[in-house]
Amino acid sequence: MPSHDFLPSEQPVQLLDQDGRRVEDPKRAFPSDEDLLRAHEALVVGRRINEQAYALVRQGRLAVYPSSYGQEACEVAAALVLDDQDWLFPTYRDVVSIIGRGVDPVETLTLLKGDWHCGYDPTEHRVAPQTTPLATQLIHAVGVAHAATLRGEDTVVMAMCGDGATSEGDFHEALNFAAVFKAPVVFFVQNNEYAISVPLARQTVAPSLAHKAVGYGMPGERVDGNDVAALLSVLGDAVHAARSGAGPSLVEAHTYRMQAHTNADDATRYRQDDEVAAWQGRDPLLRSKAYLTGRELLTDERTAEIAAKAEAVATVMRDGLMQDVEPVPGDLFEHVHATPTPQLREQAAFLADELSREKVS
Amino acid sequence: MAEHEKITMAQAFNQALRDAMTADESVLMFGEDVGALGGVFRVTDGLTAEFGGARCFDTPLAESGIMGFAVGLAMNGMRPVVEMQFDAFAYPAFEQIVSHVAKMRNRTRGALSMPITIRIPYAGGIGGVEHHCDSSEAYYAHTPGLTVVAPATVADAYTLMREAIASPDPVVVLEPKKLYWSKDEVDLDEVQPGIGRAVVRREGTDATLIAYGTSVPIALEAADAAAAEGRSLQVVDVRSIVPFDDETVCAAVRSTGRAVVVAEAPGFASVSSEIVARVTERCFHHLAAPVRRVTGFDIPYPPPKLEHLHLPSVDRVLDAVDTLQWDDV
Ligand SMILES: Cc1ncc(C[n+]2csc(CCOP(=O)(O)OP(=O)(O)O)c2C)c(N)n1
Ligand SMILES: [Mg+2]
Repeated sequence: MPSHDFLPSEQPVQLLDQDGRRVEDPKRAFPSDEDLLRAHEALVVGRRINEQAYALVRQGRLAVYPSSYGQEACEVAAALVLDDQDWLFPTYRDVVSIIGRGVDPVETLTLLKGDWHCGYDPTEHRVAPQTTPLATQLIHAVGVAHAATLRGEDTVVMAMCGDGATSEGDFHEALNFAAVFKAPVVFFVQNNEYAISVPLARQTVAPSLAHKAVGYGMPGERVDGNDVAALLSVLGDAVHAARSGAGPSLVEAHTYRMQAHTNADDATRYRQDDEVAAWQGRDPLLRSKAYLTGRELLTDERTAEIAAKAEAVATVMRDGLMQDVEPVPGDLFEHVHATPTPQLREQAAFLADELSREKVS
Repeated sequence: MAEHEKITMAQAFNQALRDAMTADESVLMFGEDVGALGGVFRVTDGLTAEFGGARCFDTPLAESGIMGFAVGLAMNGMRPVVEMQFDAFAYPAFEQIVSHVAKMRNRTRGALSMPITIRIPYAGGIGGVEHHCDSSEAYYAHTPGLTVVAPATVADAYTLMREAIASPDPVVVLEPKKLYWSKDEVDLDEVQPGIGRAVVRREGTDATLIAYGTSVPIALEAADAAAAEGRSLQVVDVRSIVPFDDETVCAAVRSTGRAVVVAEAPGFASVSSEIVARVTERCFHHLAAPVRRVTGFDIPYPPPKLEHLHLPSVDRVLDAVDTLQWDDV
């Protein structure tokens, strides 16, 4: 394939402008009304998840929360373009994607609550454990995809990471492996312009992150990350290509981290309020709402229904996280090895003895 | 003695970096979020403003890159200080550390040295989620060519950082996250013992507690508690894991005849096992009981809600002391 076929478009693909008006793009299919309504509902739910999580942090029910507030279009699209047999490889920021794929919200938040590490069974909804060591999950995604090929499965893997993570060596290795093995993977980079305090300009001087794909021999595309229609279209095409044997591709979504890196971060130390304010008007929810309302698809009744669904998820989160799960001390020694070593058995007995003596005294 | 302001351990590290950068233009500070943000623990706060973006700067987000870049800079006359944001996020740099930073002097018969300081916020007790609380000292201590220090006091934070930066060899400085905000009134001009020296933090006659980094305050607290019960515990702060101060540690153990090593890393094949071996080899005939250890369990660092069960506690230290065969005397 000539390399120019791998090049991303000059501007990020946009199908809905900031005011929710449709933008014509002959190369991209515009999603159906039904898909957009479904996506809008997911956006409202996603926003509610972010707001609820924020409240739970303030109430001390979550240890920490890296919010995807403002990035919900990316989060919901990544889940919506996949089928049940596909896999999602999320980062710490992708709680909304994970819940979007059907994982129980309380199990999803177990990690950030601090009860255990991964709180859900990754095999149940085909969602890998949320990964914090940056970019390391990308190469796992390639392995899963290659295994699917070897086993003759119809599986596509969505491998997510942030802009900062593209600087890690593992990002390079994952893309190269995927291309060489022609693995059915979609690398999905949410470029929210920051890696904690470090702006994208300090990560790369490439024309865009999507351009990096060319060097690996795979197509790259850039998309407006606050335009859920464009995301459904571009990610949908990438998944379709992977499924039909065309191999991996890289999609870069241009978006913005509206809040601090996590609740523990102080973003005023490294960015100006007016920069954040400029992104307020590009909110992904406003855009899809304006479009759907304009087309008279979003009736009052439907809006109320969606709000009720969002509230229901928030209630599940509140109820689940308000509960104190009594930690089980013996859990410390479970699942370290398939069979506990003799030393671990000794240590488990030591702890049990210590705790029983504490109870007596 | 002149009055001194109370400062935190994070501020002491910061002052050490500031003074080293003032004293030597070849000292560079770089890593992730160390510029405008001043580091996620604020250890590099204000350095970019004071010394400019060429001396203290953010790099692309890549630990292997940061480490390898430091190797090259050191090969050409610079004195790099790098920050690994968290213990477990230093692992991508492991290859560079083990294969190059640690071995360069040896491979080149001394023609090339690696005056690099590797700053690693380490250990737990802060309610951090996975990958934010590892005690990785054994990996570094096991790698010949590396110097490894773990300060436990505000004054040592300053001294050991200054010595690390001045060292002709690579030094891993393990910065105990849990103690970053601990405060002390210190005279930074007062000379503290340097790298390679352990220090007796508390005199005692019945048994010796040996600790470093985050475990030193636990040992001191245990000694206080034991004193209330009429038992006199001595506390030795190892400070410098490599080189290890056999002389001070063993003299202390010989003086009491009993010892407990306290460290939060998993105990198996660890720095604590090395200390027990060294003490036993050297002090066997002075020992009234086998040297005991209070360490973390041999498990991946647990989630926040369970970490208190994993970490050495005052009670566990006192329990261990109780088992040192007092009845046989
Ligand atoms: C290997 C590694 N190094 C450092 C960190 C610490 N860290 C956590 S998130 C982060 C910034 C990541 O930025 P980006 O990839 O843009 O994702 P975002 O947080 O913006 O979603 C850093 C440096 C880490 N988790 N893993
Ligand atoms: Mg980012």
